[in-house]
Amino acid sequence: MATQTDVRDLHAVGSEEDQAGQAYFDKIIADDSRIEPADWMPEGYRKTLTRQISQHAHSEIIGMQPEANFITRAPSLKRKAILMAKVQDEAGHGLYLYSAAETLGTPREELFDQLLTGKAKYSSIFNYPALTWADMGAIGWLVDGAAIVNQVPLCRASYGPYGRAMVRVCKEESFHQRQGFEILLELANGTEAQKQMAQDAINRFYAPALMMFGPNDDESPNSQQSMRWNIKRFSNDELRQRFVGMIQEQVKVLGLTLPDDQIRFNEETGKWEYGELDWNEFYEVLKGRGPCNAQRMERRREAHENGAWVREAASAYAAKQSQKAQVA
Amino acid sequence: MSGESATRITPGNALRPEDIAEQVAAGTKVSEDVAEYALRLGDDALILAQRLSWWISRAPEIEEDIALGNVALDLLGHARSFLTYAGSAWGKSEDDLAYWRQESEFRSCFLVEQPNGDFGKTIARQLVFSIYQHELYSRLVDSADETLAAIAAKSLKEVDYHRDHAIQWTLRLGDGTEESHRRMQEGLNSVWPYVHELFVDDELIERLPGVAVRPSELRAPFDALLAQVLGEATLEVPDVQPAMTGNRGTRHSEHLGYLLAEMQVVAREHPGATW
Amino acid sequence: MATSDQTAMSTSAKTPAAEAAHPVDRSSWPLWEVFVRSARGLSHVHAGSLHAPDAEMAVRNARDLYTRRNEGVSLWVVPASAIVASDPDAKGAFFESPQGKDYRHAMYYKKSEGVKHL
Repeated sequence: MATQTDVRDLHAVGSEEDQAGQAYFDKIIADDSRIEPADWMPEGYRKTLTRQISQHAHSEIIGMQPEANFITRAPSLKRKAILMAKVQDEAGHGLYLYSAAETLGTPREELFDQLLTGKAKYSSIFNYPALTWADMGAIGWLVDGAAIVNQVPLCRASYGPYGRAMVRVCKEESFHQRQGFEILLELANGTEAQKQMAQDAINRFYAPALMMFGPNDDESPNSQQSMRWNIKRFSNDELRQRFVGMIQEQVKVLGLTLPDDQIRFNEETGKWEYGELDWNEFYEVLKGRGPCNAQRMERRREAHENGAWVREAASAYAAKQSQKAQVA
Repeated sequence: MSGESATRITPGNALRPEDIAEQVAAGTKVSEDVAEYALRLGDDALILAQRLSWWISRAPEIEEDIALGNVALDLLGHARSFLTYAGSAWGKSEDDLAYWRQESEFRSCFLVEQPNGDFGKTIARQLVFSIYQHELYSRLVDSADETLAAIAAKSLKEVDYHRDHAIQWTLRLGDGTEESHRRMQEGLNSVWPYVHELFVDDELIERLPGVAVRPSELRAPFDALLAQVLGEATLEVPDVQPAMTGNRGTRHSEHLGYLLAEMQVVAREHPGATW
Repeated sequence: MATSDQTAMSTSAKTPAAEAAHPVDRSSWPLWEVFVRSARGLSHVHAGSLHAPDAEMAVRNARDLYTRRNEGVSLWVVPASAIVASDPDAKGAFFESPQGKDYRHAMYYKKSEGVKHL
């Protein structure tokens, strides 16, 4: 989401074939139609998409961890079931997205490798710890909420498989945000301790959730290119402002507050304004110094390594079976 | 015994824990014996769901995170239905029973309490438990207690899939690589001491003829299918002595205390709270 | 990975996933395409893909991944490598022929408009 895109020369003069491909590609983009996997596409487009989609997939997979930690501690059986279904969905979303990324030519195993070696990033929000049950609410409401605001326009991304994956993700994700909001609502109407827990969770997740939209527009030069390619439809700041407008209304239903006294609607610009975010912290977390960076990566690596013998066994079994079938 | 409202439940329809709760709210009350029996069924499912849910985000492949998650979710659903029904005997909800009972008040068996171990051990535990549970539920659908029968009918279809999942993996691990064969056999050996407990009849079962399924009846079909699967998977039926277990009483494995401490911690920090 | 970004990109820029050069990992499972029939009477429609060691596991994984919300009554899984596609570079020519042959559509026949049951 917030990494530098290495934009290559888009109109490199190549072979005749490339020139024809470029012309066809340009026309499809100009018509706001969709690029499909077998189409010719500029290298930069392929690379940008592979990076963005795989980062998105990695975020879903790493994002399972903070919530999975609370599955075993969920304070009611109904909440346990809901949370389990939600984390399971995240695994599913990761798979939809890896599928989309694979159509661009990089196999999943290689994408995993990029994640595990630290070459690929994932959303920084998941490097913050989930400390209390209320965090399950705040993650659902704010983190999934921000994700949905980000993702809905991506359903129209110019790359067909990405858009289709996002349609599926968005459809399923609507329950994620609601269940989070309802966790907070229940806490806000509960005991004093529960209410405090809810407010504390909102206080901790508010700013990181806003930063999920990526750096401010003037710090995000690559967004421009993504917008020209119809991958991105709105700028980081536009989406962030829209999100602030939504949650400042919703928080009233909870009877709680957002930890930002500078939120206001600017009548002149027609935009929501908010207090300055601590971008130093954002870049620190991005560089790997968040509270949970090491822990999240270690757990992912451990799962992958511990599973190697299982994956090998299944491959070996499949090979034996197909050999038997050939003999028979 | 179940009240008349139980007849509203059509076996095989997607029966939800909420439906049972509604029925309980409408006045259904079970006898203590039936409640005790439902506790056994519910606790086994609950503890195993708790164990399996640990795998979500840690499975050997992401497709498998989802598969194990599905099994855990199904089991949690069974647990909620059985516990809700059991609770009607004492005016307790599923959550009262799950979060506020002491360790000695649980009725789970040693097998489901066993730690996950590696994927091989988890699959071994799944294999023996799902075969047992399948045999059990496919008889419980004929129980004279309509609610137990209805829960079993809904659950049976799900357990059918759990059993298939476990069998598929047993075949692949058993007849995969040398390492997977060794690990799968070790997994089986390590859960085997706790298999015997599943098939022990006791006084409660004697007091519930026609309602409870007699565990000893399940042993022969269990052994037959297991031997067939293990044979195909090039694995051996373990030659391991049964352990002295709790026999569905108040004694549990050492593992349960830790499991409950984790499961109950948040709820117990906030007595009387709703979530 | 053995391949640098550069070579990976130059290879993958034109080859579909199945042909892209990448190190063979014994533990990585092949790719399967999944088709879901959402209700009786409807066709199977492509839903996405997944990885599985073999067909039996693929169809089970497909059930878990693509029908968690009752989206299907039937599933197909097909090895991605078994799918043969029309040549993407010839898209213009390949699909040119039907252009200009409007007489294959009922809309082409204007004079009979208004005649009942036709």
